[in-house]
Amino acid sequence: MEQLLGFAVPGIPYGCAYAVFAVGLVLTYQTTGVFNFGYGAQAYASAFVFAWLVENHAWPTWAAFLCSVVILGPGLGLVFDRFLFRRIPSTNTTARVVTGLSLLVGIPALLPVIFGNGNLVGAPSIVFNPDTVYFHLGSDVPVNGIYLSAVLFAVVMLVVLVLLLRTTSLGLEMRAGVESRRLLELEGVNAPRVTATAWALCGLMAGLAGVLLAPTEVTVQAQDYVTLMVAAIAAAACAALRSMSVAAVVAVLIGVVSLTAQGYLPTSSFWYSAVLPAFPFLVLVGALLLVPGLRRLDEAKDPLSSVDPPPPPPSSRLRGREIDWIVRTGFWVLLFAFVGSMLTWMPPSWETVLNQGMAYSVIFLSVTLLTGTAGQLSLAQATLAGIAAFTAGQLARHVGLDFLAGAVLGALAASVVAAVLAVASLRLRGLGLALMTLAAALLFDVAIFPAQAVSGGTGGITLSSSWLPLDLFAPDGHAYFLLALLVLVVCAGGVALVQRGTVGRFLAAMRGSELGAAGVGVNLPWQRVLAFALSGALAGVGGALLAIQQTVIAPGEFNYQLSLAFVVIVLTTGVGTVEGAIQAGIGLVVVEQLLQYAPQRLQGLTFVLFALGALTYAAHPEGIVELEKRRWTERAERVLAHRHRSPATSSVGPS
Amino acid sequence: MLSVRGLSKSFGATPAVADVDLDVAPGESVGLVGPNGAGKTTVLNCVFGQTHPDAGTVELDGHDLGRLPTWRRARLGIGRTYQRLEVFPELTVRDHLVVALRVQRHGARLWRDLLGLGAPSREELAAVDSVLDAVGLVETADVPVAALGLGACRLVELARAIVGEPRLLLTDEPSSGLDEHETRELAGLLCSLQLARGMGMLLVEHDLAMVEAVVDRVVVMDLGRVVASGGFREVMGAPAVRRAYLGVP
Repeated sequence: MEQLLGFAVPGIPYGCAYAVFAVGLVLTYQTTGVFNFGYGAQAYASAFVFAWLVENHAWPTWAAFLCSVVILGPGLGLVFDRFLFRRIPSTNTTARVVTGLSLLVGIPALLPVIFGNGNLVGAPSIVFNPDTVYFHLGSDVPVNGIYLSAVLFAVVMLVVLVLLLRTTSLGLEMRAGVESRRLLELEGVNAPRVTATAWALCGLMAGLAGVLLAPTEVTVQAQDYVTLMVAAIAAAACAALRSMSVAAVVAVLIGVVSLTAQGYLPTSSFWYSAVLPAFPFLVLVGALLLVPGLRRLDEAKDPLSSVDPPPPPPSSRLRGREIDWIVRTGFWVLLFAFVGSMLTWMPPSWETVLNQGMAYSVIFLSVTLLTGTAGQLSLAQATLAGIAAFTAGQLARHVGLDFLAGAVLGALAASVVAAVLAVASLRLRGLGLALMTLAAALLFDVAIFPAQAVSGGTGGITLSSSWLPLDLFAPDGHAYFLLALLVLVVCAGGVALVQRGTVGRFLAAMRGSELGAAGVGVNLPWQRVLAFALSGALAGVGGALLAIQQTVIAPGEFNYQLSLAFVVIVLTTGVGTVEGAIQAGIGLVVVEQLLQYAPQRLQGLTFVLFALGALTYAAHPEGIVELEKRRWTERAERVLAHRHRSPATSSVGPS
Repeated sequence: MLSVRGLSKSFGATPAVADVDLDVAPGESVGLVGPNGAGKTTVLNCVFGQTHPDAGTVELDGHDLGRLPTWRRARLGIGRTYQRLEVFPELTVRDHLVVALRVQRHGARLWRDLLGLGAPSREELAAVDSVLDAVGLVETADVPVAALGLGACRLVELARAIVGEPRLLLTDEPSSGLDEHETRELAGLLCSLQLARGMGMLLVEHDLAMVEAVVDRVVVMDLGRVVASGGFREVMGAPAVRRAYLGVP
């Protein structure tokens, strides 16, 4: 028994740390209707600024706390509300998820740009001294300041928030605002003020959590907060995003069970190395499959949602015959110029960059098909790309199969995994589906990709020139460019044909209204599995292409963070069209390359720029590129119309 | 054609429908009316497979529909319109009908799309255009539905439901949100379409003038049970119906 306690009790503060985040997630969802993927990033921002002020500028702890928690925390919440989430219709789950993801991706990348690089050594504790052992649990379990902070803060936070939400009129107004801000306004309540208060409160809680938990690690790193978030998401999911108490209890259990199992399992066992790190994700998968409330997350619809204006038509529908001719001609001229440049004068460094962009474009086409056409959100596209790359690599290494043939089999494997994922999540929609795919990506990250048999260990698989035909590695040749171009053209053409064909129409119907599509006889489960399978195959082809370009297939190249970034990038540029995916792929690498010429501090700005772009997604879900194309098309049409009118006006004028 | 026997459905402890029997003969138009909360839409949802009943059977032409999913029932020849619009906002009016027609004819074949054979054939376009003509949507055929008003969207739903030539049409409060003039026009359209196509129709509607204009027979529900059934005038005078609507004995 003492041994059990010795393993389990240290899990309580870990669980409480998860609980602080889980309660924050449920609080945000209950008061704003948003599942805030950026919550961990908010907490990290406050912790980062707190540590930066104390360590680098020798501010007193209380002043740094005031600045980072009391001002920055609610301030960030208010900014999120005012400029982002308030603009998103309550029925647009994808926009909410993507905006949250852009914060998760963008904030940690932005902070070093603003405050400078360099690890910030652990922040000081604001409540208890982390090095002091205050008492012992049982006979020999020491309880230090970090343990006490986490436990006390989790309990106090839970009690205060439950009381606030359940017993105050502000809590009632916040909960009502989640259902429909517009109905709340019709009742005479200042709904924007209520929502802003909710966001400020959530920001304060995130900041407080971040600063309190900062001393638990040696340095303040974004990754630690993301890890906390994952376990917190699992706990919040078990509570169906409704009950803060249940979320807190499950979070503590996750911490206790993890630490207890860690104590008992032999360190060399499969359970210790693969299953234990994946435990929170397995809990998340279990919750998504078994908690009925999670299947209905997107069912609550604003009764006044129909007053939202219709989405703007794509620019291609606005083009008249003349503009259409100009655009089509311009496209072919640009394509020939691009191919000609790549084969003649393009410097090798830029050719490499653009080659990489084409490989990314193929992966991004998988997002176009799945999210843009079918309306399904997957946060595991980089994982699927990795499955194909590792499959091809291992087949080449162990069976001697040509890497290109292996890439085809790898794409097939990615397609099968995607289809299995689709079947497993058939009952989930919107946010639930996003969480399921995220859980799958995390599972692969911690349990499957690091395995020696899959990736060859942390170093990954280095491609050998003997595995590849066509002299693809030749430094002076253009074989890789031609291969990538061919693959991109085939994949882009295939996606365009599917979009215009019957399958595309069925998927568009499913995206528009699942009830309506089923009502005319569209087999929704099959269409969904088909969309996932095709998308998985595309991601797989892109992954294999990227592997050839990079010559090394490493687990870090296909992790879940990249999956999140991929979705954000494609939705930022334009998820509905094939050209949107290509522009996203090329844009990503070109921006990255251009930033190489910028000062060192700005070199991590790539994801920040796309995340900032994604912030416009709230107002323009069609994407920045598509938005600008529409604006330019409208301007051009106006100019043409004016020019056509002018002669008639002048001839009528004198008479 | 449609035979519902002993249909019961509860949501938690609340019974929504209790022991309902209902028949619709081929070519017959039946109105299902009753006050709010009577269970009309639940019956419709059970017939269309969007809700699975706790007890009872739903048969179409003698075949028990059991727990068939909605899409299978649609392919068996049941069409439906919804009280709350269920259109595909970014598709054009014509594409709505192409989707419905393709489902009924041969479904989606990926290889055809990849060979560039996914565009609608002339025959399909002719079938679609004839329905658009019948409901008066030819002018807006190439307009995305998101840009249309409520009345036009209701017509799109109706056109989409009938383009596959269903044997039974379920319509759930089609006049919801329409003005008096639009409602009268819709009633005339429903009558003419039903007669021309010879399909059975089950109409759930609050507007009793519209029900009287459209249906052959009416079934009245209250608190989840059928309280009267028969000709419109005869049923509307029945004491149970007056009690359901007016609360008077």
